[in-house]
Amino acid sequence: MALEPKDVRRAAHLARLGLDETDADRYVDDLTRILEMADHLQTVNTDGVAPLAHPLDATQRLRADEVTETDQRERFQRNAPAVENGLYLVPRVVE
Amino acid sequence: MHDMTLTELARALEAGEFTSRQLTESLLARIERFDGELNSFISVTAEQALAAADAADAARARGEAGPLTGLPLALKDIFCTQDVKTSCGSKMLDNFIAPYDAHVVEKLKHAGTVSLGKTNMDEFAMGSSNENSHYGPVKNPWDLTAVPGGSSGGSAAAVAAGLVPAALGTDTGGSIRQPAAFCGITGLKPTYGRVSRYGMVAYASSLDQAGPMARTAEDCALLLSAIAGHDLRDSTSVARGVPDYRAELGASLSGLRIGLPKEYFGDGLDPEVETAIREAVKVYESLGATVQEVSLPHTHHAIPAYYVIAPAEASSNLSRYDGVRFGHRCNAPADLEDLYKRSRAEGFGDEVKRRILIGTHTLSEGFFDAYYKKAQQVRRLIRQDFMDAFEEVDVLMGPSTPTPAFDLGANKDPVSMYLQDIYTIAINLAGIPGISVPAGTVNGRPVGLQILGPHFAETQLLNVAHQFQQVTDWHQQRPAFGKENA
Repeated sequence: MALEPKDVRRAAHLARLGLDETDADRYVDDLTRILEMADHLQTVNTDGVAPLAHPLDATQRLRADEVTETDQRERFQRNAPAVENGLYLVPRVVE
Repeated sequence: MHDMTLTELARALEAGEFTSRQLTESLLARIERFDGELNSFISVTAEQALAAADAADAARARGEAGPLTGLPLALKDIFCTQDVKTSCGSKMLDNFIAPYDAHVVEKLKHAGTVSLGKTNMDEFAMGSSNENSHYGPVKNPWDLTAVPGGSSGGSAAAVAAGLVPAALGTDTGGSIRQPAAFCGITGLKPTYGRVSRYGMVAYASSLDQAGPMARTAEDCALLLSAIAGHDLRDSTSVARGVPDYRAELGASLSGLRIGLPKEYFGDGLDPEVETAIREAVKVYESLGATVQEVSLPHTHHAIPAYYVIAPAEASSNLSRYDGVRFGHRCNAPADLEDLYKRSRAEGFGDEVKRRILIGTHTLSEGFFDAYYKKAQQVRRLIRQDFMDAFEEVDVLMGPSTPTPAFDLGANKDPVSMYLQDIYTIAINLAGIPGISVPAGTVNGRPVGLQILGPHFAETQLLNVAHQFQQVTDWHQQRPAFGKENA
């Protein structure tokens, strides 16, 4: 299926990935060719075949709802670009 | 020392021929001398390595040495390593100092190994040539104009050049086996769930698996016993005992049933690679194995299925890089959306962006059933192909790659690059284990024989590879690069 620049811009917005116009045009070609390759899947008969999400068909393990993690906020926030009083700083969201 | 296997080094350390500190210093000197050209390391952790070597020597002096004590190795820069930069080959994580150890790193430290550093890789493990690294391409020590393969290209090149005897890699679509083949070393992708993914930067979570890369199957067995095992912090880690894989080596191959998938010997396979693989199969016949042709009818749908499933999982996994909690952040964002969009645009490279865009598109409303669900249905058929084949044969054999290592810059088009993974990718979709062993050279570039087995057949795969290495010497050949001492 051929993509249009607007499809690429839509995906980029959904992924919060900044793309300028020239980028979007460049990706249209690449992504179209990748999707054309993926379109070969449509030739496979999959009637009645259940999707396989996990190669060993395992299901999600459950555990008791208990606190097991210790508080390591300071340690983890050492990697943050901007923090104040233990909070992550972002541009103002609420006026 | 730099030519020795882990097994030989362990014996020499035990016999007191040299200390772990002497060994570590000698390898660090080699990295200093040769890696400027090879570019196989992103970070060399000399100080930590020497401290670990001293601790290992002290443990040995106290009589507390285990099988891995004092052995040097390297870690693909995808494994979180406490207080060490863990970049995953990306500008996005160039400033990320991991606050904790990955499960496998924890296990290797506990076993007394000495990590020399973090190896180069394709950004977020997306690539087959190591040309997608933010830190520049790695070169193949067999031919500096060739790629080492990817994404674990740094690990493979470092082992091949004798900078380190073994390294850990990860394999989502061939990222251990393909670079192992291109660099003439042995690399094992274990069964999905055999090794914990905790602390391994995620690419495609239903496919990612860590494994050993070394000079011999015996060394891979030694390392796999050290890193495998159940871990509650990875919900897909399998609760199943870990054998001493090395102790299991030695069984006769008499009566072993080998299947050659006819789809792995078709169009696109380099004829000289095919000759090398067929010669290797003859070696197995001389060891008492029987050979028959089998079919994996959905082989040609594996690449399309993978390039739907892996980017879909990647687009979800990589949404965590938001410029807020860790990783790259753009300058002076106008608002929160600008912060997200510019941080991600600046932090990610081209191939990562392509995969995020494809994954986001195929998961979006109106496309999910046609692409993602369909690919997962085909994934079941691909797995069924293998299960059917393993009713008839014990292992499957074929080439690891359609050609030997290609030239740097030769595959500019993403789709032609994806087609390089034709023989490795289905194995991840099926979750089965696979190993690549050196089986010849073509124009001075190594050829890898791939051996596949059913889920949790690592013991058998390692032995089948080991028996080959008892009667052939392809794994002992070394490139001219790095031959001299540091």
